Amino acid sequence: MIRRVVWHVVVLAVLAVMLYPILWLVAGSFKPGASIASSVGLWAGSLTLDNYASVLGPAEIPVWRYFVNSTIVAGGAVIGNVVTCSLAAYAFARLRFRLRAPLFGFMLATIMLPQHVVLIPQYTIFQRLGMVDSFWPLVLPKFLATDAFFVFLMVQFIRQLPRDLDEAARIDGCGPIRIFAHITLPLIKPAMITTAIFTFIWTWNDFFTQLIYLSSPDKLTLPLALRMFVDLQESASSFGPMFALSVLSLLPILLFFAAFQRFLVQGLATSGLKG
Amino acid sequence: MVSARASTLERGRAPAAPAPAKGSYGERPGVAYLFLSPWVAGAVLLTLGPMLASLYLSFTDYDLFTSPKFVGFANYARLFGEDAHFLSAVWATVKYVLLSVPVQLVAALAVALLLNRASRAQGVYRSAFYAPSLLGASVAVALVWRALFSTDGAADQVLSLFGVRTGGWVTDPGLALLVLVLLGIWQFGAPMVIFLAGLKQIPPELYDAAAVDGAGWWRQLRSITVPMLSPVILFNLVLDTIRAFQVFNAAFIVSNGTGGPGDSTLFYTLYLWQKGFVDFKMGYASAMAWLLLLGIALVTTLIFRSARSWVHYGGDER
Repeated sequence: MIRRVVWHVVVLAVLAVMLYPILWLVAGSFKPGASIASSVGLWAGSLTLDNYASVLGPAEIPVWRYFVNSTIVAGGAVIGNVVTCSLAAYAFARLRFRLRAPLFGFMLATIMLPQHVVLIPQYTIFQRLGMVDSFWPLVLPKFLATDAFFVFLMVQFIRQLPRDLDEAARIDGCGPIRIFAHITLPLIKPAMITTAIFTFIWTWNDFFTQLIYLSSPDKLTLPLALRMFVDLQESASSFGPMFALSVLSLLPILLFFAAFQRFLVQGLATSGLKG
Repeated sequence: MVSARASTLERGRAPAAPAPAKGSYGERPGVAYLFLSPWVAGAVLLTLGPMLASLYLSFTDYDLFTSPKFVGFANYARLFGEDAHFLSAVWATVKYVLLSVPVQLVAALAVALLLNRASRAQGVYRSAFYAPSLLGASVAVALVWRALFSTDGAADQVLSLFGVRTGGWVTDPGLALLVLVLLGIWQFGAPMVIFLAGLKQIPPELYDAAAVDGAGWWRQLRSITVPMLSPVILFNLVLDTIRAFQVFNAAFIVSNGTGGPGDSTLFYTLYLWQKGFVDFKMGYASAMAWLLLLGIALVTTLIFRSARSWVHYGGDER
């Protein structure tokens, strides 16, 4: 009994240290005045909504614009990944074709490929297509299943499903397309949810690709909008609004995480161990 | 039912009706490629093609707007011969990898061991420790780090209680990298979750037997936990190393895109971005990208080589 209490106390103490930066951010967004960065504590004696008011207030580009842009990019990436990665994974996991082994090997190899190796030719392609400074370069690749990690995740998931149902359907006269639509698809929902959530969070957080492709003020996403605060940061008065916008930008991630953390943690554990 | 005929055909029985014409979906290779077509298009147009193109571009002068001019090994010669920033970037990145990856893995294993206990609260704790891994890559958290470690920021305030005055980590060439390392270590949740799943697969009988033989906690950790977990350790080590070589966001935000002070946070990918997308030296940046790929491949190979001597595959693993 005592051991258990000690365990909880120790875990909670470590957790408190771990989560302090996040709590400090949230607390800071409600702190008044200029002393936000230098105050260690989480409670400044009074609460204010001024920081949020100043962020959400009228501006040349209203804040909701950045949210809409980030949502378009992340939403497009989610749809693309879920659809095309599950199609490719089904072919790799269940169908026979001559080039299966070499193509699967290539797919696995690209999981580890640093994106920088394809960056400049890809940029050239999108520049020639007139797509730079639009959302296309951020969304289109996801509709071509370029996130090999998720193809692999779904292959692993499909492989562990029993084949009996497929066989039964085949004997009843179903082809691969109907087997996929009526049997595999309903069964891989957990893997699709994992893919969707990870894609959403990673795209929402992505900064590098968005920095490279987006430049017009009205096309900026949240990470790019937040980055503008770095230039202002020498003036202490910008900390409050910066913290407020940071909290707002992390909110969707936290909500998705709270709702789906079971899928994320399980997806991570299975992709890691059964590889 | 067209597909019914196809599958009957495959079983070698005589079809009841004439063989299916176009549009039949048996186990034919064509159907597999139909499923694969988006992936194949992406693999050719966005991965394989661009890989080869960037290999070629690495031997050229290319600024995006005029056609590339072949210069042989000039980019590579300049990188290693004349470019002091490049060498700083390699050094800063190597230091970051060597400092952040081992500490992160030890922290991940330590917390996994702490959490590996039959308790209903375990799931909640696991998720809470995992949260920083999801948030840590964001610009928002990098900004928090920048503020925490700024001059007279919260980190300074806490240290001054102990009589230590640092005065702005972010602007100190000796400490700026440490801020990024701390941010990297802070995101130990992902390897921790994988460790925890690995710990659950170790048969409890092993510990019972060891306890009967009088092995203490440390001995059990060394002789059972770590060897049994070694395939998972290898997996996390490889994944984390590859990821650490490519860290960008934190360095960009903390140094405002400069890699300063004094190149101390000029990570490899940050310098690559500067060369490619600020100076528009895209041939040069392509050469850097290929060197990054070769470097990562080399390090990964070395890790796998070393793994032969320290990774133990038990009977039912893989």
